[in-house]
Amino acid sequence: MLKYISKKVLIALATVFVLATATFFLVKLIPGDPFLNDKIPVAVQDKQRAFYGLDKPLPQQYLTYMGNLLKGELGYSIKKTGRTVVDIIAEAFPVSAKLGLTSLVFAELIGLTFGILCAQFRGKFPDYFLMVLAVLGIALPSMVLGPILRLILGVKLRILPVTGWGDWDQMIMPAIVLGLGTIAGNTRSMRASMLAITTQDYIKTARAKGLPPIKVILKHQFKNSLVPIIPNLGVQIASVMMGSFVVESMFLIPGLGRYFVDSITNLDYPLIMGLTVFYGVFLVTMNLLVDVLYGLIDPRIRVK
Amino acid sequence: MENNRLLEVKNLVVSFDTFQGVVQAVRGVTWHLNKKETIAIVGESGCGKTVSIQTVIGLNSKANGSVRNGEILLEGKNLLDLSVSEMRKLQGNQLSIIFQDPFTFLNPTMTVGEQIMEPFIQHYHVSKSEAREKAIEILKLISLPQPEENMKRYPHQLSGGMRQRIMVAMALICNPKVLFADEPTTALDVTIQAQIIELMNSLKEKVDTSIVLITHDMGVVANMADRIYVMYAGQIVEHGDSDTVFHNPKHPYTWGLLNSVPRLDKKVADDLYSIPGTPPDLIAPPKGCAFAARCKYAMNICKDCQPPQIHFDENDEVCLSLSGQAAENSHYASCWLNHPECIRRNGPVKREGNADGK
Repeated sequence: MLKYISKKVLIALATVFVLATATFFLVKLIPGDPFLNDKIPVAVQDKQRAFYGLDKPLPQQYLTYMGNLLKGELGYSIKKTGRTVVDIIAEAFPVSAKLGLTSLVFAELIGLTFGILCAQFRGKFPDYFLMVLAVLGIALPSMVLGPILRLILGVKLRILPVTGWGDWDQMIMPAIVLGLGTIAGNTRSMRASMLAITTQDYIKTARAKGLPPIKVILKHQFKNSLVPIIPNLGVQIASVMMGSFVVESMFLIPGLGRYFVDSITNLDYPLIMGLTVFYGVFLVTMNLLVDVLYGLIDPRIRVK
Repeated sequence: MENNRLLEVKNLVVSFDTFQGVVQAVRGVTWHLNKKETIAIVGESGCGKTVSIQTVIGLNSKANGSVRNGEILLEGKNLLDLSVSEMRKLQGNQLSIIFQDPFTFLNPTMTVGEQIMEPFIQHYHVSKSEAREKAIEILKLISLPQPEENMKRYPHQLSGGMRQRIMVAMALICNPKVLFADEPTTALDVTIQAQIIELMNSLKEKVDTSIVLITHDMGVVANMADRIYVMYAGQIVEHGDSDTVFHNPKHPYTWGLLNSVPRLDKKVADDLYSIPGTPPDLIAPPKGCAFAARCKYAMNICKDCQPPQIHFDENDEVCLSLSGQAAENSHYASCWLNHPECIRRNGPVKREGNADGK
């Protein structure tokens, strides 16, 4: 097991290295210059460039950047003057993570339950109803669903706050909007997976033991159905916890989502690279955890 | 006599609705099982063996399969009258089954120990530790090495033979009245087959159970069964004591089955015999004898009329006066060749090999 994990960690480190390198050079390919400004004297612009080390030749910049990365330093933001990238992430990530995690936990619970229900009532009303919902959930973008929910729940019924961050009730609507895609996706894949397991021989064995249907489903079918679902989990966790630009802008949530977009329009090199590397490390770590979890669910994958 | 009857299936008709039409999988089957007896239901794939026993233990999906007629009596009680939950109390408890393929019929994500304990916990409402003791006891009985350690293993960590032993243990843990074995040796290699057959024979002595064996392997039958039912296209075509069916078969289909067994005393150069043709389409079964199309002894009457059950007495004479239980216990075959008005033909199977008919 230790060997298996250390191998996975090595691969993860290599992934992050490639990601950091690729991002570094790609960012330099973006046309434009963050310091170019008619109102600022050229001498000042040069001084600014020198402060961020952008006057040095590219290979040297790369080495400095990678060296800092090893020390865990991501540099200073260009637009948010005086703040380090680590600072920005430390402030905004917990917000996105809290919203994302809440949304994800409910999305998994609801999605998997819906999937099981669909499979049990295959071809009957609950199945059709939930499948229509799932298709809607996948097709409806958050910028459409968000305003509709805010109009109904926030403005007309006045049961939930329209925007803001801090209270638990302010989290409900963004969590729904953020999680709907995951719910829909999970419902569909869980349904397919449960149906595939229903016809497995060992389900017949379980029924032949005289187990009631609920035990057959929960003890025999459910765990086996999770096997094809688990691998998606790493990507789901990472994408939902990193914050969504649309959802966070709509509900005025001080999360990480907007920085992903803003950093690029602002040509904030250190922030772009810092966020990308952070995302990469997080994603790779989550996938690593999911790999271990996968082994717990399916003993056949466990490596001695 | 009557109280010796454990399980009785009377005129069972099972059919399935499919997109092509109604498949008449079991077309009026009658058989019985006495206490402490092993019977074998023999026939090739698709003849309705598995469907008939899965109907007995209530495993057929209610969605498209249905019992159109008949009775299934377990100690005189009709199982078809029971509700689903009443039936569930018998499943795995009084009626248990060993499936064909130990590779796919065990849950890959549960330890085998848990899987063995499951029916015992379900039906006897005992604690896990009590169930574990019972499971270890059963595993010792079936002589699985290191029962404690192997209980903690997952199916993929065990060999095929061990897995089939696990299936046997799972089926026996509740001391079932009837043990169904659905081709229990088909997925195993020959040496392991012999071990499993030996195991089941010895268990029958140790555990108070009766066995219904389903197979297409006449070798397995010879080693285990007291009586044999030969099934073809959803019907019983011949029945008799093991010895009688092996030594004095009366139905051309039985002749074919027996001739298909590879023999040591045949020349290597000879091809293995197989019955030509395929079983009939059970969506539209033939009007006459279902085997007529593949039978080289078929007469005109075979294609037009269903053959009657013709009974034989101990002296191998046709006996038309039998009825009731005497008829059910006697050797019989459904074939026009045996009719008194037909010119008698003897079967092509001659006594070869040793006296056991092996």
